[in-house]
Amino acid sequence: MTPTSIDFYTIIPYLILTVWACVLLIVDLFIPRGRKGITAFLAALGLAVSLGYSITQIGLERSGFDGMISLDGFSTFANILLLSSGLFGVALAYGYTQRMGIHRGEYYTLLLFSVTGMMLMAQANDLIIVFLALELLSIPLYVLSAISRKLQSEESGVKYFLLGAFASGFVVYGTALVFGATGSTNLSVIFLQAASGVTSGLLLTIGAALLLVGFGFKVAAAPFHMWTPDVYQGAPTSVTAFMAAGAKIAGFVALFRVFSTAFPAIASDMTDVLWALSALTMIVGNLVALSQTNIKRLLAYSAIAHAGYILMAFVPYGDEKVAPTAVAAGLFYLVAYAVSNFGSWGVVIALEKAEGKGLELDDYAGLAKKYPALAVAMTIFMLSLIGFPPTLGMVGKFYLFRSAIDGGFTGLALIGVITSLISAYYYLRVVVNMYMKEGDPEVEREPWLGFTTSFTAVVTVAVSFVPQFLFLLAYTAVLR
Amino acid sequence: MEFLLQPLTLLTFFPLLGVLVLLFINSEQKTAIRWTAMVTSLLTLGVSVWVFSMFNASNPDLQLEAKYPWIQVAGWNIYYYLAVDGLSILLVMLTTVLTPISILSTWKAVDERVKDFMIFFLLLEVGMLGVFLAQDLFLFYIFWEFTLVPMYFLIGIWGGPRRVYAAVKFFLYTMAGSILMLLAILFLGIKADTFNVPELMTKLPALYASGTIAASTQMFLFVAFAAAFAIKVPMWPLHSWLPDAHVEAPTAGSVILAGVLLKMGTYGFLRFNIPLFPNATVQAAPWIALLATIGIIYGAAVSYAQADVKKLVAYSSVSHLGFVMLGLFALNPEGVSGAILQMVNHGLSTGALFLLIGMIYEQTHTREIKVYGGLWKITPIFGTIMLIASLSSMGLPGLNGFVGEFTILLGAFGSKAIGSPWFAGLSALGVIMAAVYILYMFQKVFLGPAGEITHHHDLKDLNWREIATVIPLVVFMFWIGLYPKPFFDILAPAVDKLLLPLTALLH
Repeated sequence: MTPTSIDFYTIIPYLILTVWACVLLIVDLFIPRGRKGITAFLAALGLAVSLGYSITQIGLERSGFDGMISLDGFSTFANILLLSSGLFGVALAYGYTQRMGIHRGEYYTLLLFSVTGMMLMAQANDLIIVFLALELLSIPLYVLSAISRKLQSEESGVKYFLLGAFASGFVVYGTALVFGATGSTNLSVIFLQAASGVTSGLLLTIGAALLLVGFGFKVAAAPFHMWTPDVYQGAPTSVTAFMAAGAKIAGFVALFRVFSTAFPAIASDMTDVLWALSALTMIVGNLVALSQTNIKRLLAYSAIAHAGYILMAFVPYGDEKVAPTAVAAGLFYLVAYAVSNFGSWGVVIALEKAEGKGLELDDYAGLAKKYPALAVAMTIFMLSLIGFPPTLGMVGKFYLFRSAIDGGFTGLALIGVITSLISAYYYLRVVVNMYMKEGDPEVEREPWLGFTTSFTAVVTVAVSFVPQFLFLLAYTAVLR
Repeated sequence: MEFLLQPLTLLTFFPLLGVLVLLFINSEQKTAIRWTAMVTSLLTLGVSVWVFSMFNASNPDLQLEAKYPWIQVAGWNIYYYLAVDGLSILLVMLTTVLTPISILSTWKAVDERVKDFMIFFLLLEVGMLGVFLAQDLFLFYIFWEFTLVPMYFLIGIWGGPRRVYAAVKFFLYTMAGSILMLLAILFLGIKADTFNVPELMTKLPALYASGTIAASTQMFLFVAFAAAFAIKVPMWPLHSWLPDAHVEAPTAGSVILAGVLLKMGTYGFLRFNIPLFPNATVQAAPWIALLATIGIIYGAAVSYAQADVKKLVAYSSVSHLGFVMLGLFALNPEGVSGAILQMVNHGLSTGALFLLIGMIYEQTHTREIKVYGGLWKITPIFGTIMLIASLSSMGLPGLNGFVGEFTILLGAFGSKAIGSPWFAGLSALGVIMAAVYILYMFQKVFLGPAGEITHHHDLKDLNWREIATVIPLVVFMFWIGLYPKPFFDILAPAVDKLLLPLTALLH
C-alpha cells in the first residue's frame, strides 16, 4: 500500500527535522571551522520550526502508515518536550563546546538526528518502529559521548555503545517473542490478541519483560543503571545534559506507549515487576548518591533515582481507573525533571574548567557570595529535585505519589517519600557548599548558558504557581 | 486578579513587596536594607491590625475568606483558600508582632550578608502567615514545607559554630515528618475528592460512617499528620533537633523558631488532627497526654542540667510545649483555650528570653552560666527585664504564663478525654521544676558575686533600641497576665465550635 499524504501529515515535525538534519550535514561542510556557531544557530532554527509545527498539532488524533505511526495528544506532548530539550541541548553546547575545543558541526547534526529518533519513539505504534527509533536515537548519542576524544569521553562512548547494543538486543528478542505469541508487532493488534486470550500468555509475558529490560536500560532504572554514572561523568557535560533528559524522556515515552497500548492484559504480572524495579531504582539511586563527591556522578545517581519515581506512578497502569493518571503524572514529572535537569547541568557547565576541573562538590564552596544569582538558581533546581515547594518538582512529585496511592500502592509511595527524604541530604550538600562554606569559585559567563539557567529557574518556580495548563496538557496526552 | 486584593492575600504576601524592593538595593547599603525590612515588617503588622479590626470575635466560623479555584483538573480539586478564625487570629498577630521585633534585634548582630538575611526573614514571614491562614491542604502543605527553606538558610549561614549540622538536622527532621503528612493528604484528597478543609470536615463523617475510611485507617491518617506536627512542636521523644537548632541559630532565628515555628506544630494538631480525625483523636488523647507529661518533666529536668543559657531556654520549650499539648488533648474548652493562649504566651516569654540572651551574647560572646554572676549591679535595666521574662516563663501569677498554665491544668484535671487526673497532677510538678531551673539560672547569672566575664568586660546596659525591642513583649506579658478576658473572648466561640462534634464521642 502506497503511503498517502495523510500518512506524511502525521509525521511532519519529524520530517522537518530529519530533512533539516540531512541538509545541515552538507551545509556544515561549507561553514568555516571557526564559525561553527552558524551551524548551532541553524540547528536551533530547525528545532524551533519543528517545535512550532508540533504545537499546531495539539489536539489532533491521527494514525498513519497502516497504523505503525500514531499522532495523538501523547505523541504531541512528547514531541514538544523533546524538541524543547533539543533546543536546551544546543543552548548548553554552544559556549561549552567552544571552550572545551570540541566545537564541531557534527555535534549539532548528531543532536538533531538523536532528537528525530526520540520523536519517532513517541509516535511509534509498532514494535519495529520502536526498535528503529531506539537505534536512531541511541547511535548519535554513542558518538556524542565520545566526541571530545579524551580517554574518559571515549571510554564513556564505548561503554554506552556496548551496553546500549546489549539492551537493544533485549528489545529485539522481546519483540520476537511478542510476535511469536500474537502474530503481530502492531501495538493495537497485540492488545486485541492478548485480550482475546488466543495467545500464549507465558510467551507474551516474557516478551514484555524483555522489552521492559530494554527500556529500563534507556531510562536508567536499577538494576540496569550501571552504565549511567560512568557515561554521564565521562561524556562532555553538554552531551550529558541532553542525554539525561532526552534519552530518559524517550525511554519513558516508549515504555508508557508500549505497555499502556499493548500490554494491559498482562498488567497483573507486570505490576509486580514494575513495583520491584521502581522500588529498587529509588533506593539504589538515592543511597549511592549519598556518597558521591563529584557533581556529575551525583546528578547521574539523581537521574537514576528519578527514573524510579516516574516508574512508581506507572505501576498501576493496568488499573483502568488510574491508568490515565499514571501516564499523565509521568509526563508531567518528565517536564518538571527535564527543566530542573537542564538548569542544574547548566550550572555544572558554568563551573566546569578544562581538564575536568571544577566538578567536585568542594568547587561549589562560596558560590553564593560571588555569584548569588547562579547559587539561587542551583538552589531552586536542588529544591525541585527534592520535591520541595515552591518548585515544579514538588507539584510533579505530588502528582506521582497521588497516582501510586490512587492505584493502591501506598507502600511504594512510602518508599518514595522516604527516599525523597534521603535525597534531600545530598541535594542539600550542594546548597551547603554554595551558601555555608568559604571558597573562591570561578565561573564562565556565556550568554546562552546564562539564559538557559535563568529561564529554567524561572519556569521551575513560576509554573509551580500556575500548573493548571500543564496538568490539562498532560491529561490530554493520556493514552486511551 | 481579584484574589490579590483580598485582605488575607495582602497580609500573607505583603512581605514579598519588601523582598522585591530589597532585590534592587545594593548589598553594601546595609542601613537602607535594614530599614526596608523593618518598614516592611511594620507595614505587615499594620495590615494584620487592619485584618484584626475586621475580624468578628463572636463569629465562630472562618472569616475574611479568599477562596478561588486553583488547580481544577480531573481528580484534582485544589483551591487557593485563605481564611482566619478564632483559632488562628492570635497566632497571626503573634507572627506579625514578633517579626519586626526580631528584625530590630539584628540591627547590630547581623552584619554580614545583611541583604540575604532580610530576604530570607521576610520570606519566612510569608510562609508562617500562609501556614496559619491556609484552609486547603495542598496550599497548607506548600506553605508548611516552604517555611523550612528560609529557616534552613538562617541557621546555616548566620548560625553558631555547628550551624551546618544544626541546619541540615533541622531540615531533615522536619521533612521526615511532613512526608508522612503528604501521603495522608493525598490519601484524603483521593477519598474525599477535595483538599479543602471545611469541605473535608463535612464529607469525612459520612466516609467514616460508611466504612470507606476504616477506623484503623483513620488512626493511620491521624498518626501521619501527627508525625509532622509532633516533630515540629517538638514532642518528646522527637525533640532532639530543637536544642541544636536553637543553640546554633542567630538570635532572631531562635526568636522566630521558638515564637512561631513551634506553634505551627501545635496549631496543626488544632486545625487538622482534632477536627478531621475525631475518633482517632479521642482514642489517642491519653497517649498524647502521656507523651506531653513526659515532655514536661523531661524538658524541665534537662533544662536544669544545662550549662548554656540558650540551651536551657531551648529545653524549657520542650517542657512548655508539653503543657500546650496536654491542654489541646484535654479536649475541653478550658484545656484548648488555655493551650492556644499558652502558645502565644510561650512566644512572648521565650521570645523575650532569647532576645535578652542575644543582647548579652553580643557583648560577651559566651552563654556559659558559670562565667557570669552579679550582672544585675552592672546592668540593672537588663536584669529587671530579664527577671520579668523569667517570671513570665515560669508562670508567676500576674504574668501571662500563669494564666495559660493554670487554665490548661484546670482543663486537664477534669478532662474526660485524658481520663485520669494523674497527668495533670504530674504536670503540675513541671511548674515547680520550671521555677527551680529558671530561678537557678537567674541567680547564677544576675546575683551573687561577680563572675569572670562580669569582671573583665566593660559591660553596657541596654540601649534604647534594645529596650524598644523587648518592651512590646513585656507589655503583652502584663496585659495577658492581668486581664486575659479579651483574649479568651476571641478564642471561646471557635473553640466551642471545634469541640462540638467531639462531645458525642466523649461519653
